[in-house]
Amino acid sequence: MSNIMGIIKLDGANSMLKELCERRPVASLPIAGRYRVIDFAVSNMVNSGVGNVGVLLSAKARSVFDHLRSGKDWDLARHRGGLSYLPSDPYDGQPVTGDLSGLYHNMDYIQHNSAEYILVAQADSVYNIDFRSVLLFHQNTGADITMVYSKAKDDIPGDAAVMKVNDNGRVTDIAKSMTATQGANDFLGIYLMSKDTFIKVVSSGFERGGTDLLLDGIIRHMDEYSIFACEHKGYVARINSTMAYFNANKDMLNPEIWAEMFMGTNLIHTKTKDAAPVQYKDTSRVVNCLVANGCEIRGEVENSILFRDVKVGEGVKIKDCIIMEKCVIEDNAMLRNVICDKNVTVTKDQWLKGAENYPLIVAKGTKI
Amino acid sequence: MSKTKCLAMILAGGQGSRLGALTKNIAKPAVPFGGKYRIIDFPLSNCANSGIDTVGVLTQYRPLELHTYLGTGNAWDLDKSTGGVFILPPYARDKGADWYKGTADAIYQNLNFIDMMDPDYVLILSGDHIYTMDYSKMLDVHRANKADATIGVFEVPWDEAPRFGIMNTDSVDGRIIEFEEKPPQPKSNLASMGIYIFNREFLSRYLKDDAAKENSEHDFGKNIIPAMLNDNARLYSYAFEGYWKDVGTIESLWQANMDLLADEPPFSFNSAWTIYSSNPSLPPHYVGPEARVHNSMLNEGSQILGEVDHSVLFSGVKIGKGAKVTNSVIMPFTQVEENAVIDHAIVAQNCVIAAGASVTGEEGAIAVVPEGEVVEAQGEGQQVS
Repeated sequence: MSNIMGIIKLDGANSMLKELCERRPVASLPIAGRYRVIDFAVSNMVNSGVGNVGVLLSAKARSVFDHLRSGKDWDLARHRGGLSYLPSDPYDGQPVTGDLSGLYHNMDYIQHNSAEYILVAQADSVYNIDFRSVLLFHQNTGADITMVYSKAKDDIPGDAAVMKVNDNGRVTDIAKSMTATQGANDFLGIYLMSKDTFIKVVSSGFERGGTDLLLDGIIRHMDEYSIFACEHKGYVARINSTMAYFNANKDMLNPEIWAEMFMGTNLIHTKTKDAAPVQYKDTSRVVNCLVANGCEIRGEVENSILFRDVKVGEGVKIKDCIIMEKCVIEDNAMLRNVICDKNVTVTKDQWLKGAENYPLIVAKGTKI
Repeated sequence: MSKTKCLAMILAGGQGSRLGALTKNIAKPAVPFGGKYRIIDFPLSNCANSGIDTVGVLTQYRPLELHTYLGTGNAWDLDKSTGGVFILPPYARDKGADWYKGTADAIYQNLNFIDMMDPDYVLILSGDHIYTMDYSKMLDVHRANKADATIGVFEVPWDEAPRFGIMNTDSVDGRIIEFEEKPPQPKSNLASMGIYIFNREFLSRYLKDDAAKENSEHDFGKNIIPAMLNDNARLYSYAFEGYWKDVGTIESLWQANMDLLADEPPFSFNSAWTIYSSNPSLPPHYVGPEARVHNSMLNEGSQILGEVDHSVLFSGVKIGKGAKVTNSVIMPFTQVEENAVIDHAIVAQNCVIAAGASVTGEEGAIAVVPEGEVVEAQGEGQQVS
């Protein structure tokens, strides 16, 4: 797959992720105990043999740089190819809206690349996919553009693009929507096309005043291309709302999904931090949890995700929570349906409670 | 090549025969320790944290896994353009090839390497001790004393002193007066830790002299240090305070793992003095609905459905429903199936303890299951190998 260049877009539909994505793109959102959402897109590409990955930057990208750095943790710090950053500079002094501008203004770089195909993925999904099967599908159908979707298992609220697909796998209609209803063909933001097609899609879309790859590059020109849809049958969570984020984390407590995502031949890589194994003390009681290294647990934790270096004091009761890196939950605190962003301290005896369908979010660095 | 001030040489060639089945396929320094690490991570991380960025690792016995593990030295942040980790196995010269015949001979055979690196000081370490230590402080003391050599010493209980190489020192300035290898009637309880700093020229001279002696065992403790003392050289002791454990036997390896489970562990893994190790890309471990975990250390990629108490589990370990693991060390990717029982045992990597099987030892007779073994249910415990 050295003939494929990967392009990863950072910003998904994050309007329903307000507090969590105020200062970071969805791509940098910590997930599943030790990862960031972007790890899935990058690792999937690397595991599929894509040796050149460009990350299309957007505003608030510092956390992305800090996470990916040279790309070494994904084996992308290479003499040839490897990781490249594609900045989206303001255009004509105007702030960038949409993804087309960034793609268009990096076109010389993309054109210069020797890759035959361009694989575009949105860094907003949790999934483990082998893109080699998508390439095979693309070659077999002879499509101009292949788009990857999954069948929505439930109604998924939040921004979505749903596709109509005929029996041959050809896409007959694409519509942006506010919900992907159960059974709908939920587009995952993944496109595969030849470099020539990619250049045509981006140029014609942007040069006619468009801003959005999907809308202005593809939907408005549907009759000009043969577009096929390739179904990904494995687990997928698109992180487009706080509830989607909350549920995707909780899905990892299902041993089958945990194994499918993380324990197969294609591993999900992330920035390594040299944290020590988890220390369970005498008074700990942990049930149905995902616990990342560096944690020290003295209290009770149930149905929850603990990220790296979390300290849980004695007498603490944590249930149905997501506790991000370096949080400290002091003795006898009680937390239920809470998402603690990084570096939160909950002091002794505090009780915090969110609702099952509306978790309480504690902002990064807060001391309660 | 730019000048290296202090070059570290880690002796990692020993077989570690007292670790029995655990070192059948790997050298002792590569033996897993502490849920995530290998023994050699400790001296390597100590070097990295002490600002020593050039490290030679002398290997000999079953070196393949160790070589693979060391790689470029990236895990310890030692893949630098000025320095790095250098793997030094025995090699052939124009007059033929020799194995390393002793600790001193191993360094002697690499004098060319030391010359290449051109250090002022050579720090000799062994690859089988668990401790965290700032070597730069020892070097400061070495220089302040204007010593020819400085030897790290550790205060051991008096009744254990006869098992160690004991330094008798001048109590005022720590100058070493006498060295006794395993004295029946020790005069001091300062044991040599096998950590030496030498001025390079001084070391080189003694190694060359020693190499010429036919009846020498070419050992630092037995030959080199006594020869230096005999010449009244300036040898000083450097007393180390903290946790230090030789993990050369099954019992001591087990005990050192158990030491980590104390409510206040002997050293903090999450302090600024990070112990580095290679990080496999594995997810946080999963603790199931019926699991019970107490007083234990667990690593990434493990799945715990049964009971774990007072044990150290490495990455990718599976503990089935109803299984019970107590007072044990379970190395990477071992599966403990439903209702199996493990107590006072070290189970090496990639083993399967079948459903209902039991592996039980006792203090003083820790059970060992060697790498890749399948233990079937038989109704009786696996014996110590």
